[in-house]
Amino acid sequence: MTLFLVALTPFFGSIFVACVSRLGRLHAAWMAGVVTFIALSCLFPLMLDTFAGHTLVQRLSWIPRLGLDIAFRLDGLGLLFALLILGIGLLIILYARYYLSERDDMGRFYAYLLLFMGSMLGVALSENIIQLLIFWELTSLSSFLLISYWQHRHESRSGARMALAVTGGGGLALLGGFLLLGDIVGSYDLSVILESGDIIRAHPLYLPMLILVLLGAFTKSAQFPFHFWLPNAMAAPTPVSAYLHSATMVKAGVFLLARLFPALSGTPEWFWLVSMTGLTTLLVAAYIAFFKHDLKGLLAYSTISHLGLITLLFGIGTPLAAVAGVFHIINHAIFKASLFMAAGIIDHETGTRDMRRLSGLWNFLPHTTLLAMVAAASMAGVPLFNGFLSKEMFFAETLHDINLPWGWLLPVAATLAGVFAVAYSLRFIHTVFFNGAPVDLPKTPHEPPRWMKVPVEVLVALCLLVGIFPAFTVEAILVVAATGLLQGPLPEHNLAIWHGFNPALLMSVIALVGGVLVYLSRRHLFAVHERLGERLEFKVLYQDLLEGLFKFAKGATHFLDTRSLQRMLFIFILFILMLGTMGFQYGTASLTGDRMLLPIDGVSLLIALILMIAAIGTVILHHQRLVALILLGTVGLGVALIFIKFSAPDLALTQLSVEVVTVVLMLLALYLLPQRSPSESSLFLRSRDWVVAIAAGGGVTMLVWAILTRPYESIADYFITHSVPGGGGTNVVNVILVDFRGYDTLGEITVLALAGLGIYAMLEHLKLSGSSHDSQNRPWDQDMHPLIMASFARLLLPLALLVSIFILLRGHNLPGGGFIAGLITAVALVMQYLANGTTWTQARLPTNMHVVIGSGLLIALMTGLASWIFDHPFLTSTFGHLDWPVIGEFELASAIAFDLGVYLVVVGATLLILVYLGMVHRQSHWAHVRKRIR
Amino acid sequence: MEALISLIIGVLTTCGIYLTLRGRTFPVVLGLTFLSYAVNLFLLVMGRLTIARPPVITPGMTEYADPLPQALVLTAIVISFAMTAFVIVLSLKAHLELGNDHVDGKHKP
Repeated sequence: MTLFLVALTPFFGSIFVACVSRLGRLHAAWMAGVVTFIALSCLFPLMLDTFAGHTLVQRLSWIPRLGLDIAFRLDGLGLLFALLILGIGLLIILYARYYLSERDDMGRFYAYLLLFMGSMLGVALSENIIQLLIFWELTSLSSFLLISYWQHRHESRSGARMALAVTGGGGLALLGGFLLLGDIVGSYDLSVILESGDIIRAHPLYLPMLILVLLGAFTKSAQFPFHFWLPNAMAAPTPVSAYLHSATMVKAGVFLLARLFPALSGTPEWFWLVSMTGLTTLLVAAYIAFFKHDLKGLLAYSTISHLGLITLLFGIGTPLAAVAGVFHIINHAIFKASLFMAAGIIDHETGTRDMRRLSGLWNFLPHTTLLAMVAAASMAGVPLFNGFLSKEMFFAETLHDINLPWGWLLPVAATLAGVFAVAYSLRFIHTVFFNGAPVDLPKTPHEPPRWMKVPVEVLVALCLLVGIFPAFTVEAILVVAATGLLQGPLPEHNLAIWHGFNPALLMSVIALVGGVLVYLSRRHLFAVHERLGERLEFKVLYQDLLEGLFKFAKGATHFLDTRSLQRMLFIFILFILMLGTMGFQYGTASLTGDRMLLPIDGVSLLIALILMIAAIGTVILHHQRLVALILLGTVGLGVALIFIKFSAPDLALTQLSVEVVTVVLMLLALYLLPQRSPSESSLFLRSRDWVVAIAAGGGVTMLVWAILTRPYESIADYFITHSVPGGGGTNVVNVILVDFRGYDTLGEITVLALAGLGIYAMLEHLKLSGSSHDSQNRPWDQDMHPLIMASFARLLLPLALLVSIFILLRGHNLPGGGFIAGLITAVALVMQYLANGTTWTQARLPTNMHVVIGSGLLIALMTGLASWIFDHPFLTSTFGHLDWPVIGEFELASAIAFDLGVYLVVVGATLLILVYLGMVHRQSHWAHVRKRIR
Repeated sequence: MEALISLIIGVLTTCGIYLTLRGRTFPVVLGLTFLSYAVNLFLLVMGRLTIARPPVITPGMTEYADPLPQALVLTAIVISFAMTAFVIVLSLKAHLELGNDHVDGKHKP
């Protein structure tokens, strides 16, 4: 499982680094380096196998029913990317340690960086394409974090958002593409997909699938017209740009093209879509790059242009073009990373990246100048540097179709892009380092710290070594990577510097000479470009789109939000009413079904009448709040009686105890609220509301009637037959709660706990004093704790507790259970608070309710987790029967422990709510008590 | 009996909706309580009306009331209590911070 280690080490490392950074600023940097090194050293032993031509696949079962595995694969292509990601990552870590200033949070930076590194490794090494997509999205997310690292800057935030919107959108398209691909092939494994090229290409869904996959790749690799996010992502710290925009993030797109090359390429659709996108990007970006005044902006567009070049190579689709593509991926990663780092040094030392202000740095930074010159020469494609070799291969590949009608277009366009590449490379060097003495720099530059230059030196040395001795340096890894890409034998290729006089050499010469000429005439060209303005920037389009979206959202909100809850609720209910009425229009069946009906008996009728009268009375008298509350209690009790009547004893018990708690709660609140509701609605409004309410009530009545008079199918039989053998309890409702649907109940008590804590948070600093008179202006009684009530409450407590324990224990077999028992306990305890006062009760029950709630949740959770120990799914319950002396046979189910958790949460949350609400008023008196109950 | 229960649920809904359309927080809380009564009853009767057959496995009995809606409603009762408590405390807090108990946080002229 070493591959798992390679891919997952950075993720664990990320958490570790974030923790370690508390110890000191530099610890994070050191640890990030160590983590990367560990991942590299896990990779090394596997390399030999890959170089021998084997593909290593390691897998763990994930969702076997869907045929999904978590699987990693290591072949040449994956190895190349893993080495680039880890190798350049290591250099970036070293560089960033010197780049970041005292004010920057190192721990956060390195944690994000490792997160990103892990995501990229996941993309490069995934065998399963769904898993690849997950890592793909992770790169979008972690790059968002990295780009917005300087959160206080507006351009960082908007740049990060733009990158996320574009690449995330592409990720969605890619998901669609991958699902189609998996559907076509019948497997999500790359090993299968790469061998099914013929099936894929012949499939009718090939084109839609291809377009979706390409959308993913093109957005990620910043291909035209999605290229605009990349220059804006330059708001990131330079180490991030150097990493994301040379070797990793943007290379993920071309990696995908390379990865799926054997499966998808070789059709006219592929050729036209990929090569034309690549060609357009290559040309447009090379042109724009030349006119950018920001150093990093120039590099960003040059990156886009080079990515276009690689895309074009894959689009051409010949095996040799693919080899050239891989070669250029390597070369571009090396020289672009070093150029970004050099730009970072310049920015760091001078305080600006504007090429209109920079000049003559040669006198201050001779060493950096030299390094930048080598890297820029490589970017321009000057012989003896690595960029020359792959560019020459590229030029040669464009000449294949020269005899076709429009065949001359490709080489001409390629040469033109070459001209601009030379021009912007020259501009980068000449403008910044020479071109007279610097004027008006924010800082006087000095050579940066020794170790900050080491990463640049390493990369620049590679540029030279690869450029001069390609056969000894890059040949081996290129061969193995290209083999992994093509999944077959390599075409004949020759990495020599000198190929003799041929058309490709001629194109190189034209590009070099033309580039110098373009640079010399730059003043004139800049003037022309100024006039063209920003029209070439798609960023404007994106911003217009975004602004339009916001404007629309704002308009819609203003339109719908009338700033009056009453009016909005009215519209809402009216709308629901209309929907319901429309529902009644469909179908021709009569309202009444043919189910046998139950007869009405006198008692039921009486209770129903009382209930309805109380309900209507509540509404009529709702201005007198206390009266309304008492009537509401009556309704609640009526509902409990209905539950009893229709064979739901558990519900009746719950409703009864909840009713008590609710009324007490509302009484407590009412003491602090106004005693009366003023009559402020006009007669029209009231009649309008009545009409809507009666219409809705009538609709509900008809609906219930229609349902109740029809027979139905239920899954209840399953629960009834399995309750005793499966759950070990005869009370089916309780067995469903704690066993069959225990997971839901766990969620519900969590909600209850959260409500309790939320209320606690709201009441924390609340100070209210209620009025001393009731609604009729009579003073409240001064006797806070009447003796008779206090005595009775004390007497009742042990009895009530006994009952609640009884209810809790029998709940599995007879009506009862944790919810009901908890409520009974809570009511009994609240009675003490009411009758005897908070101080008295608190002195005898100094329990922290947070602990009660917490331990309840913990017990319920642990009961669930315990089944894992026995290798059963979460919350599998078990039961047995014990023969206790005196008491007799007693059933012991693990569900009882779960019910105990429910019980504790209910007690804790209810008491927390009620007691805290009771203590809000005259809080100063009880300040010492408040501390304890919390 | 079916007609009676349909009527009860309808009346509870009517009262609930009328009260939630009021302008002060306390009646709105009452209205929400009514609505939760109505919804709980509605859920329960989806298992149709059964008299004297509680879903407690007893030897000799073959027909039981549907336990599934009951289990749903049991937790719904507790959750709606939590919700009521939350809303009433919220209205208390609003009353304190805004100086009035109107649902929009202001006195209408």
